[in-house]
Amino acid sequence: MSSQAYPRMYLYRRLVQAKLFIDMHYAEPIDLDAIADEAYFSKFHFIKQFKSIYHRTPHQYLIHVRVEKARQLLNSGTPVTDACYAVGFESLPSFSGLFKRVTGMSPSAYLAQQQDLKARVAEAPLTFIPGCFAHSRGWIKK
Amino acid sequence: MITRITHAVAYVLDQERAFDFYVNKLGFTVVTDAPMGDEGRWLTVAPQGMPDFELILTPVTRSMFKETSEALKDLVRKGTFGVAVLTCDDIFATYEELKAKGVEFTKAPTKEFYGTEAIFKDDSGNWFSLAQLK
Repeated sequence: MSSQAYPRMYLYRRLVQAKLFIDMHYAEPIDLDAIADEAYFSKFHFIKQFKSIYHRTPHQYLIHVRVEKARQLLNSGTPVTDACYAVGFESLPSFSGLFKRVTGMSPSAYLAQQQDLKARVAEAPLTFIPGCFAHSRGWIKK
Repeated sequence: MITRITHAVAYVLDQERAFDFYVNKLGFTVVTDAPMGDEGRWLTVAPQGMPDFELILTPVTRSMFKETSEALKDLVRKGTFGVAVLTCDDIFATYEELKAKGVEFTKAPTKEFYGTEAIFKDDSGNWFSLAQLK
C-alpha cells in the first residue's frame, strides 16, 4: 500500500522523527536545539508544533521518557542511583524530585513497592490470573 | 448489574513477538506478565490512557485449544479477527510513528463521517481500526 499525501505530511514526518529521536537517544545528553534545527525552521515553531501534537514541549517530553525508563529499570530491581544515570540524568536529587513529581512516589519507595509485588506474584501466581482461565485449564480443581 | 468490560482477548501466534509489537511499537504498558509453565505466559497489556483495562495476549497453543489450535492459528493469520477500535488524539502523528516502527497499515488515514480512520495489523494478523474521532 503506497503512502498517500495528506496536508502537512512533511511537517508531521519531521516532528515524528524528532520525537522518535528523543525516544531512542534519551540516555545521552541530547541537544534539543540541534533537534529543532533538524526538524524545523525556527525553534519557537518547533516547540509550538511539538507541543500541539504531544501535549508537552520537547524538553518536558524528554524528562517524561527518562522518568518512564527509570521506572521500568526500578521495576526490574535496578538500584536507584544506577537507574538515575542509566537514563541520562546527571544529578540524583533532581532525578528523585522529577520522579516523585511524575509518579507521586520517590524512586526508592517505588523500588521497594515493586520488589514486594514481585515477591507476592512469585509466591502465588494464581492470585493474579482470573479463576475462569485457570479453571478452564484445570489448574483449579473445584 | 454488569457495569464494565475490564478484559478483552487477542489471539496471538507468538507471545514474544506480540510483546514486542504491543509494547515497543504500539506503546502499550504491560499490566501483568506471569509465567504459566507450558501454557506460555499470562501476558496482559493496556493502552496508556486505560490502566484499568487489560488486553490478554493469549497464545494459540495445542494444550489450550487442542484440535482447534491449527484452525485458529490459520484464522488469526488470515486476519479474521478485528480486535478493537483504538483512538488517538492526532491520527497523522500516530500513523507516521507506527509506520516508522514497521507497523503494517492496510488502510491509510481516511476521512469518514465519524472522524479519520486507518487500519493496521498486529504481528499475528489481527487487525485494528485506529481513529481520531470528530
